[in-house]
Amino acid sequence: MPADFRHLTLVRNGDADGLAWLVLDRRDASTNTLSRDVIDELAAAFAALEEAPPQGLVIASAKPAGFIAGADIEEFTRIDSPEGARRLVGRGWELFDWLARLPFPTLALIRGHCIGGGLELALACRYRVVVDEPATKLALPEVMLGIVPGWGGMKRLPETIGAPAALDLMLTGKSVDARRAKQLGLADECVPLRVAENAARMLVKSGQRRHKPPFVLRLLNGPLKALVAARARRQLAKKAPREHYPAPHAILEIWEKFGGNALALPADHPASLEAIFRSPTAKNLIRVFFLQERLKGFGKPDGDAAGFAPRHVHVVGAGVMGGDIAALCAWTGMTVTLQDRGVARIAPAIARAAQFFDRKARGDKAAKARQARFALDRLVPDPDGHGLARADVVIEAIFENLDAKRALFADIERHVKPGALLATNTSSLRIEDIATALSHPARLVGIHFFNPVAKMPLVEVVAGADSDERLLGRAAVFARRLDKLPLPVRSAPGFLVNAVLAPYMFEALRAVEEGIAPETVDAALVAFGMPVGPVELVDTVGLDIALAAGRALAGEGVAPPQRLAALVAAGDLGKKTGQGYYPWVDGKVQKGAVGDVPAGLAERIVAPLLAAARRCVDDGVVADADLADAGVIFGTGFAPFTGGPLHYVASQRETSAAPVPAAGDAIVHAR
Amino acid sequence: MGSGVYIIDGARTPFLKARNAPGPFAASDLATAAGIALLGRQTFAPDELDEVILGCASPSPDEVNIGRVVALRMGCGDKVPGWTVMRNCASGMQALDSAIANIRLGRSGLVLAGGVDALSHAPLLLSDAMVRWLSGWYAAKSVGQKAALLRRFRPGYLAPVIGIMKGLTDPVVGELMGQTAENLAYRFGISRAEMDGYAVRSHRRVAAAQDAGFLEEIVPLVARDGTLYQVDDGVRRDSSVESLAKLKPFFDRKYGRVTAGNSSQVTDGAAWLILASEEVVRQRGLAPLARIVDTEWAALDPAQMGLGPVHATTPLLARHGLGLNDVDAWEINEAFAAQVIACLRAWDDADYCRDELGLAAPLGRLDEDRLNVDGGAIALGHPVGASGARIVLHLAHRLRRDQLARGIASICIGGGQGGAMLVEAA
Repeated sequence: MPADFRHLTLVRNGDADGLAWLVLDRRDASTNTLSRDVIDELAAAFAALEEAPPQGLVIASAKPAGFIAGADIEEFTRIDSPEGARRLVGRGWELFDWLARLPFPTLALIRGHCIGGGLELALACRYRVVVDEPATKLALPEVMLGIVPGWGGMKRLPETIGAPAALDLMLTGKSVDARRAKQLGLADECVPLRVAENAARMLVKSGQRRHKPPFVLRLLNGPLKALVAARARRQLAKKAPREHYPAPHAILEIWEKFGGNALALPADHPASLEAIFRSPTAKNLIRVFFLQERLKGFGKPDGDAAGFAPRHVHVVGAGVMGGDIAALCAWTGMTVTLQDRGVARIAPAIARAAQFFDRKARGDKAAKARQARFALDRLVPDPDGHGLARADVVIEAIFENLDAKRALFADIERHVKPGALLATNTSSLRIEDIATALSHPARLVGIHFFNPVAKMPLVEVVAGADSDERLLGRAAVFARRLDKLPLPVRSAPGFLVNAVLAPYMFEALRAVEEGIAPETVDAALVAFGMPVGPVELVDTVGLDIALAAGRALAGEGVAPPQRLAALVAAGDLGKKTGQGYYPWVDGKVQKGAVGDVPAGLAERIVAPLLAAARRCVDDGVVADADLADAGVIFGTGFAPFTGGPLHYVASQRETSAAPVPAAGDAIVHAR
Repeated sequence: MGSGVYIIDGARTPFLKARNAPGPFAASDLATAAGIALLGRQTFAPDELDEVILGCASPSPDEVNIGRVVALRMGCGDKVPGWTVMRNCASGMQALDSAIANIRLGRSGLVLAGGVDALSHAPLLLSDAMVRWLSGWYAAKSVGQKAALLRRFRPGYLAPVIGIMKGLTDPVVGELMGQTAENLAYRFGISRAEMDGYAVRSHRRVAAAQDAGFLEEIVPLVARDGTLYQVDDGVRRDSSVESLAKLKPFFDRKYGRVTAGNSSQVTDGAAWLILASEEVVRQRGLAPLARIVDTEWAALDPAQMGLGPVHATTPLLARHGLGLNDVDAWEINEAFAAQVIACLRAWDDADYCRDELGLAAPLGRLDEDRLNVDGGAIALGHPVGASGARIVLHLAHRLRRDQLARGIASICIGGGQGGAMLVEAA
């Protein structure tokens, strides 16, 4: 019978200990996903086990990458009807219900990722053992795709760890590591790899009852559900309005009123699978997921970049950007030499890095101290630039001055080893103009990080006219090494992200100039789905920087907003000086009341952004509209539920039942 | 004998005076920072070293083999062995000599060796009485047993044992190091004013060397809060014989002559040298700074430990047919002003040379313009394990700076020993 399985092996230990091991190993894939054929094989395996029950079953993975990465998201995109969605949910729900009812103890042995359907499978087992490694991550991230954990997660996660913690995980999609899983009661044991199999063997035969949360938590998942639900609903209303993000609201309702069973809702219920399927949000978020995968693909170390594994990075310029880039590189395990004129200029970057490492460190006190200390050891002040000679990657992040950068690169080129990747973090200069200072201009690429470096997921990998394709590939690999999403762009003013942001921010400031309160402008765009309003964004970026960028990018003859220029002249530069369009106290913005939002305000302010994104595609700054959407979403936080600016424009045109005159007009006008 | 072992390069941290609280850097932090800066400017990678040897007199309990800890932290990789040597005040010099031995034996070709101590981190220890009481407390099972133990507790148990005072007391003769210096002052009739004068000169010489940029072996340190440490901070530019005269004797209270002002300072610091065989220098095309030609170790009465340099250096001079002033530059570690002055007196003393060194005639007067020209441990501080490496490193720089042919670095060692190295221009 085992020969019938393509994606798993079922091993029975017979008389030895009476246990059965079901090991998942999806064929022709690097990770296990619960595709339809895997689900069918699991069902067949359960049937076989039920026929001749073992004394216990351990489910594990043969993939070094992890346990199970979740459902097969490709399959989602092929669902073409609400009935299809219901069938897909039903398949997993029933399979895991069966798993939970098997007449012998079951255990999931989890190493590496255990995501979505993978965690729902694990939750259907009686026990869970997690391997104590940084890569072990457990999550129900369905909400990030606009869908619900319908394969039993909404039922079993609250039953296992209590409703407050379960809702927190399901409504945010965030992951927990192995130790946290044990603390929450999500895992019964958290053990090092060396004893994991033995722990699984002993626990599955222990006869111990399934873990239950303490009594109070059980009340909150029973008679007092309404309390928890009301609280969660209030928070949700603030963070994820239902019209943009229906899934978290559906999760809450399915948990509260339907025992976590999405199949129990009638099709006309607003939280039903049918309603979720009909809303564009899920399709758009799944689209964003694939866009993200596409960006990741640019940084795969294959082809010309195969074997490129940078170990030493040399960063020139220890300001905020350079210092933070250096700190991030050191945190990810690379040796970093950080150069500036004199060690006194470097010291503040070391202090900032130490705080960053303290925040990032995980584990107990001693483990955290070790991680932070070793990361600091890897970050070496190098005022004399000794590190150049050994660096695999050199990143320049000095002030934006063409002559200074040219002189610097001419000098850098004399000291680096032959294969080193030379990159500039410039945001406003042309790569070509800097590159001609090199005797081999093809060596220079742009790697444009965004501020704050640690938080922003995107980097633009900028190709100058002469940049060597292979080096651009390496730059993307390097970006992935830092867990960033590399977006290939062509060297043009503002590249993609700043080119779309600048006219958008200017338009918002013009609205302020016309007498609309900044609070009102920001509220309109937050309601539109932006993570932060444009006026607050200007204050955060710095008014001086916004003015300079705007001047450079708004195009010929476009005057900057007068008040912006006046504020800059007065030295009110925003957050960093405590006063910009808003007052700032202790780094927190002080906002007044929001006024009436004029009709079409958000559309009017977004219009120049949409137009600029289109222009970037037409001018070849990015290769296609999908990449423009990906870049704008991950570079600016542009409302992900829209699927990106250009996708938004296209879908607005399609649903012309609800015309968007303001946006449409402005686009035409702006072009 | 061969042509010796080459010093390729070296670096040290600024020496940071202990200020009655643990300093900003642990011993391994100091050694790691200086080592990374030094290795970062070489033409070879850290993992190309054959071994790392670190002298340390008081490694903390969580990094007892601090040499290995630091090798890993510097990025030498899993495969470079790292070990620790301990010879009290000469631990750093012992690390160099251990490297030399392995290079001469052909076991190693390229070695990072040096010394470190962070005396400000020296622990306070529990008294034995307290430890006995605590072990009874942890073993006690019943309330009655615990109550009985509580009745037996005495406040005196809480008095901490100051680790550094233990370390600076000779366990055999039971004298503090400063008291052994008092012995020398008594034996050679060295006055308080002579000692204070010597101390003032040490401060002035370091200040002048700082101003002239002669302490080029220092690499700056950045603390995790961003504070920058670039210079030896124990130097007192305002030091004067008058101000030093106000200090009270520290070791022989009230009636003694040795004060905190004419003793070396308690300090944190690390110093490294890269040593290589002639073959490695040739193969890798390295540019050596200097050459360590020969080493000598000697031992004497622990109560006279400050004369260690006399006993170590005299046979070294004899072996190479040199008189005191045939050596262009001298570094004698300044544990105490009395101790350095006593060394000079001993060489010039016919009785001492005959009775203790077996010489027919005294060696004479060492020209003090050749000795510690850029100051010493009285002004810089004496991070015990680091000092032996520091004086060899500084001597090498001085030979190059002034284009001198040869120098000797020597150090006295608590417990009654002395070490000396003969260094020549590369």
